[in-house]
Amino acid sequence: MFNKYDVLETINMIEREHLDIRTITMGISLLPCVSGTAESTAAKVYDTICIKAENLVKVAEDLSKEYGIPIVNKRVSVTPASIICAPFAARSAKVGVALDKAAETLGIDFLGGYSALVHKGMADYERTFIETIPEVLATTKKLCSSINIGSSKSGINMDAVRLMGNIVKKTAELTCDNDGFGCAKLVVFCNAVEDNPFMAGAFHGVGESGTVINVGVSGPGVVQHAIESIPTADLTELAEMIKRTAFKITRAGQLVAREAAQRLNAEFGIVDLSLAPTPARGDSVAQILEEMGLESVGTHGTTACLAMLNDAVKKGGVMASSRVGGLSGAFIPVSEDIGMIEAAEKGNLNIDKLEAMTAVCSVGLDMIAVPGDTPASTISAIIADEAAIGMINNKTTAVRIIPAPGKDVGDCVNFGGLLGRAPIMPVHKQSSEKFISRGGLIPAPIHSNKN
Amino acid sequence: MRAVVTVVGKDKTGIIAKVSAFLADKGVNILDISQTILQDYFAMIMLVDTSGSNDELSVLATECAGMGEKIGMSIHLQHEEIFNAMHRI
Repeated sequence: MFNKYDVLETINMIEREHLDIRTITMGISLLPCVSGTAESTAAKVYDTICIKAENLVKVAEDLSKEYGIPIVNKRVSVTPASIICAPFAARSAKVGVALDKAAETLGIDFLGGYSALVHKGMADYERTFIETIPEVLATTKKLCSSINIGSSKSGINMDAVRLMGNIVKKTAELTCDNDGFGCAKLVVFCNAVEDNPFMAGAFHGVGESGTVINVGVSGPGVVQHAIESIPTADLTELAEMIKRTAFKITRAGQLVAREAAQRLNAEFGIVDLSLAPTPARGDSVAQILEEMGLESVGTHGTTACLAMLNDAVKKGGVMASSRVGGLSGAFIPVSEDIGMIEAAEKGNLNIDKLEAMTAVCSVGLDMIAVPGDTPASTISAIIADEAAIGMINNKTTAVRIIPAPGKDVGDCVNFGGLLGRAPIMPVHKQSSEKFISRGGLIPAPIHSNKN
Repeated sequence: MRAVVTVVGKDKTGIIAKVSAFLADKGVNILDISQTILQDYFAMIMLVDTSGSNDELSVLATECAGMGEKIGMSIHLQHEEIFNAMHRI
């Protein structure tokens, strides 16, 4: 028989502390779909996804009931579309529409992989593909796009960085009726991971198997309550408590991932233990940092608290599962975290502090709204800064930024649901134009030369 | 298949009787019961065997939650593996 306190602890985590499986993401290789024309490839893509993921939603719902743990999102990630669209890059949108239609048919929440990997160089067909992104994101609903523009091994492709500044701006303009919502589905990465189950940055890497189940677990509320229970503990004890909590959460994720993979006839990929906040109170990473003893997230000490949290989460996760992957750490998306939203509204949290935080957390500048008149070169420069942090520190960094059309500091964008709302944050007004217009490649750092 | 049923809520007369009658009706066999009162709150944990039931675990879980609402208690029926996974190394 089980220890009753253990049983009640689990029930409490789920009922009161927002423990959930944030996503079951099925990775599907689309390489077998490549054919000569956009039409035939799009048709094969649609069929392949609909067949492979046919039972994804049902299996997730069954598992959720059987184990009594909510499974919030069901998603699909696919091979970066730029690869399968290479023979007809200018007509890639056909495949984009087919991907979105497949997501609609399956009833899943998001589909990721309208992506390109251009971290070292950008072929003509890749450039053409990337140029289709704004239009595709404006005309689809569930499709997400990500571009990898740098890595620790190859350096930062500044031509791609320059291009992405323009793409982000254009995406915002084409979705101006909705505060630039298209940009919430577009991520620019450095060191992108191939097995990430979280959106908008999920894609199915070419090194992956045919069909894979990756699971993302979340639970900022659980960690926050665990810290609350030991208000006078020193930081060593706190780290230990976070680690133990992360262990339990990851184990729940692994159980669901294994079972889902078996039922869906797919391989069990990884468990990604990321503290992914939602706009609900008590489901916030910022509130964890404040529980550690900060008056507001963004003040001095924030980076140290976040570093400890991120590391302790990883340690607990690694102990719990031998297949930990994805991003695994703490996410700090501004619009999706009530503590971050409030701190940004009060002016306690700015982009510069967020940038410092991204050096020690698992992702980057995420869901940040900036004035609509921010120049493309400034957005490129923000991307370059983030990529530099990722490249030098051997970690994934990302930028998901929304230059909200027609809005300025003091305004707010509201996307609703899990994407939440974001106050417009000020950016530096001084130009980065000349730096960005230089183009070329920032060479890989010396410590990447390990062979 | 073994599952864990937890019943939590304000204490009153006849909770065990109602819950066990409901489970018997569904063909669910009770293997072990542990029950306490924590600060006026009734907390019962049962280990059950659902192999005698005609219903799938997911259906039983939904019905248990519904039954809980009827008697004003929070009732969960969950596959035992979730507790093994989270609390045993």
